[in-house]
Amino acid sequence: MSTVVLLTLTGLGLAALYFLVASGLSLVFGLADVLNFAHGLFLSVGAYGTWWAAANLAGAGDSGGGFVLAVAFGVLAGAVAAAVVELVLIRPLYRRTIEQVLVTVGLSLAGVALLQAAWGADARTFPRPQWTREATPIAGAGVPNAGLLLIAAAVVVLGGLLALLRFTRIGLVIRAGVENREMVTALGIDVRRAFTVVFAVGGAAAALAGALGGVYFGAVSPGQGGSLLIYAFIVVVIGGMGSVVGSAYAAVAVGLVQQFVNYYGASGLGDVCVVALLAIVLLIRPRGLVGRLA
Amino acid sequence: MRRWLPFAAVVALAILPYSTVELPGIFDGAFNSPGTLQLLALCLLFGGLALGYDLLFGRTGLLSFGHALYFAAGAYGTDILVTKAGFPLWSAVAVALLGGTLLALLLGAVALRTHGIAFAMVTLAFAQVGAIMVARDPGRLTGGEEGLPITGLPDPLVGVANTVNLYWIALAYLVIVAFVVHRVAASPTGRVLAAVRDDDRRVSVLGLDPYRYRLASFTLSGALAVAGGVVYLLLVGGASPHAASSDLTLSLLVMVVLGGPGTRWGPVAGGVLFTYLDHRLTAFGSSSTVDSLPGVIGGPLAQPLFVLGTVFVLAVYFFPGGLAGLGRRLGPLRTVLVRRRPPGPVAPGVVEPPAADRDRPEPAHASREPAE
Repeated sequence: MSTVVLLTLTGLGLAALYFLVASGLSLVFGLADVLNFAHGLFLSVGAYGTWWAAANLAGAGDSGGGFVLAVAFGVLAGAVAAAVVELVLIRPLYRRTIEQVLVTVGLSLAGVALLQAAWGADARTFPRPQWTREATPIAGAGVPNAGLLLIAAAVVVLGGLLALLRFTRIGLVIRAGVENREMVTALGIDVRRAFTVVFAVGGAAAALAGALGGVYFGAVSPGQGGSLLIYAFIVVVIGGMGSVVGSAYAAVAVGLVQQFVNYYGASGLGDVCVVALLAIVLLIRPRGLVGRLA
Repeated sequence: MRRWLPFAAVVALAILPYSTVELPGIFDGAFNSPGTLQLLALCLLFGGLALGYDLLFGRTGLLSFGHALYFAAGAYGTDILVTKAGFPLWSAVAVALLGGTLLALLLGAVALRTHGIAFAMVTLAFAQVGAIMVARDPGRLTGGEEGLPITGLPDPLVGVANTVNLYWIALAYLVIVAFVVHRVAASPTGRVLAAVRDDDRRVSVLGLDPYRYRLASFTLSGALAVAGGVVYLLLVGGASPHAASSDLTLSLLVMVVLGGPGTRWGPVAGGVLFTYLDHRLTAFGSSSTVDSLPGVIGGPLAQPLFVLGTVFVLAVYFFPGGLAGLGRRLGPLRTVLVRRRPPGPVAPGVVEPPAADRDRPEPAHASREPAE
């Protein structure tokens, strides 16, 4: 029993990480048709931003309020990076989907190399508060606190995103833009401002994933964003592109399948099962679990 | 004249290993030194691979992010059959080619049920399974992170002194790929592939099934990548996890776009240039010129992928046709320069004709639809 509880909660922790990366990816894809290969870069920017701030920024540190400040700096860095990428690189290629993909591919290659040039290719120890290294006993299982922190953060981000989409004007524009961008433009609304907002919000969520993922894994390395990004892509396709709620369902499914199969089956089989899940969903429901926006 | 140019180039490349000419700064040793031949062979191999990938991307309009899977199937399949199962090389190559082609057929049949970006993601996911399998080392077959050095090769393919044989194999691979791709592109099937790329609804209206043509292109391109994996295995002397990584597919994409997708020789030029720069920039990055620069500039310059990624982004903006489109883009400039010259015999063929298989008809279907 305690094993099942432990696997469920660690699986949900993994799902939370995937959701944080996939939610922004899904919104960006749904609204602007941009398959963003540079999204993993935003994650790395968040992780390295937090790591840098904890050591160098006045008032920031690796425990208590200082750590919150460091994470806030990392998230801000991710959001700014995403907004700049949208304004400078993506916007001039408006509606030319393949070129946009190519630019983000080039950016992801160059960005990872730049991080390597600045801080080396090896993993760096991540600053983390003492309590995140400990475990909380839940139903007889010792669950790592870092996983619980990820779950809490993902729930807060999900709630925040849904509130943004449901109750604000810009959220209305985003929802309408995902449904039918031409109509929104025809009504005289500048939908491109919504692109920038979606990029910045998605970048912030990915940066948060980077910072908290650093806490979870205990280290940051330049390649981390890229490997997480592939699972985030799978989550986005399974969930249905453009749907935040779909991403949440799909992230939970992927996280749990991966964790349980990897434990009970052979090592690595869980990852294969995730791709099999993707193939099955695509064959049965080509538009993903939730074909529409939240 | 232009017809015979490729043949002349192949002959020149084939006799190149007998040359002792040195090009200081471009290559470290003379053409017949093993180091230079190895680099040249890698360039030719990736030129061929990029051309094979372009059959998919530039000529059929399929953006696949999983091409590395078939490359790795060729490299690891042959390697495991020779090193672990003790097959003779030629039968191992035959089995790997057949198996890899079947794999491309099966996975293509599933992945092609999706379109556009979803297709890109599905192929990426399939290739990721391959990368995971290679890294996890099931049954100690693949050697995990260290890769699997190949043993038991025939003598003419082993040793530094025999690098020239590997060079000829790489050249033969490029020639075969170029022959196959250009034959397919010039055939009626190739015209249907171009039509599928430009407007697949029109193809279905004409009574042809776009799915089958896409699958044929995917399988053929996959088979060429499997063969490329075999050549890579021989050239490098082993299979490494990098062969299965998504980075390899991304580099192929970069090569094709840099060279000019859908053109005759653009992808080859892109592949050769990318591979050359990737290797030479690594050497350049650790040279004293870069070390003497301040860290802010020298650090990024020491990373080949930073330079190549930046060049790639700039190329997407400023040279959408790649290297092959460069001649046409600079055409007006050259006409101006030629006109400025004092009157005299103007050399014929100064203005490049546009690449024949790129000038596709304008998509005019929008205006022909009934205006209801």
